[in-house]
Amino acid sequence: MNRLTLWFHKIGSPPTFYRIAGALAPWCFGIAIALGALALYGGLVLAPRDYQQGDAYRIIFIHVPCAWMSLFTYGFMAVNAFIALVWRIKLSEILAMASAPIGAAFTFITLVTGSIWGKPMWGTWWTWDARLTSELVLLFLYFGVIGLYAAIDDKRKAARAASFLALIGIVNVPIVHFSVNWWNTLHQGSTVRLMGPSKISGDMLWPLLTMALATHIWFFASLFARTRVGLLELEGGKDWARDVALADAARDETVTAHG
Amino acid sequence: MGGYGAYIWPAYAVFLVVLLLDAIAPRLRRRRVLAEIRGKLKRRTAREATR
Repeated sequence: MNRLTLWFHKIGSPPTFYRIAGALAPWCFGIAIALGALALYGGLVLAPRDYQQGDAYRIIFIHVPCAWMSLFTYGFMAVNAFIALVWRIKLSEILAMASAPIGAAFTFITLVTGSIWGKPMWGTWWTWDARLTSELVLLFLYFGVIGLYAAIDDKRKAARAASFLALIGIVNVPIVHFSVNWWNTLHQGSTVRLMGPSKISGDMLWPLLTMALATHIWFFASLFARTRVGLLELEGGKDWARDVALADAARDETVTAHG
Repeated sequence: MGGYGAYIWPAYAVFLVVLLLDAIAPRLRRRRVLAEIRGKLKRRTAREATR
């Protein structure tokens, strides 16, 4: 085995990943909260009023980053689902399954904030157009993955079944993304573009991008925390997981004794 | 908020509350999973002691 494969195997072993994720998670949560607070300040206080939408546009600072996250998370889940199905790597199974509830959370926020934004701007909470409907389908796909994983007792079989569903559902991701170009829709087109200039002024752009960064880091924080629990659950009979459980009980006892 | 506060604040509240739940959920599950592991361990040691 070459060095890279060796490194990969080491990182991928449940106790090692459990330890590394445990060291990284608090940092990720901290950085995400700090960046998020900065973005909120920039978006709610510093950014000027929009000439067309007034202050209502300020919902963009949470709506768009969460919408990006709903797709990013799906991509991350699908890649891990693919690795889990092809190479049967335990860690990938857990990573894929841990992504689903985070993706569902971001998709839910996207739908609710979009609906709240739609009421004053479009005059309706909801319309069955391509962007909104495909995003709703995305939420149901996340629910499907979560439900399927929970429904099967053998967690490794459950992860494979749910991974398969996650892989099929990937067709919906480009549909969500391109829906505003492919069909007539109430939803506005992309404001921020990777290629070419964005259609937004700088003092509105930086809070948006900062929030996007914050939500990405938040994703990894939550992913690490959830993956740790998933690994403990899967390997509950192994020595390392027992050690963690006993150490946790010992710590609780000292807290009660001193408290 | 230029008359749009009734829309903006609930939207931000949903954002914060959902992410807060997202952070709390794994902590609660962790506690349950660890208790389960300890429970199984205790039952096993008890079984081995009576044998």
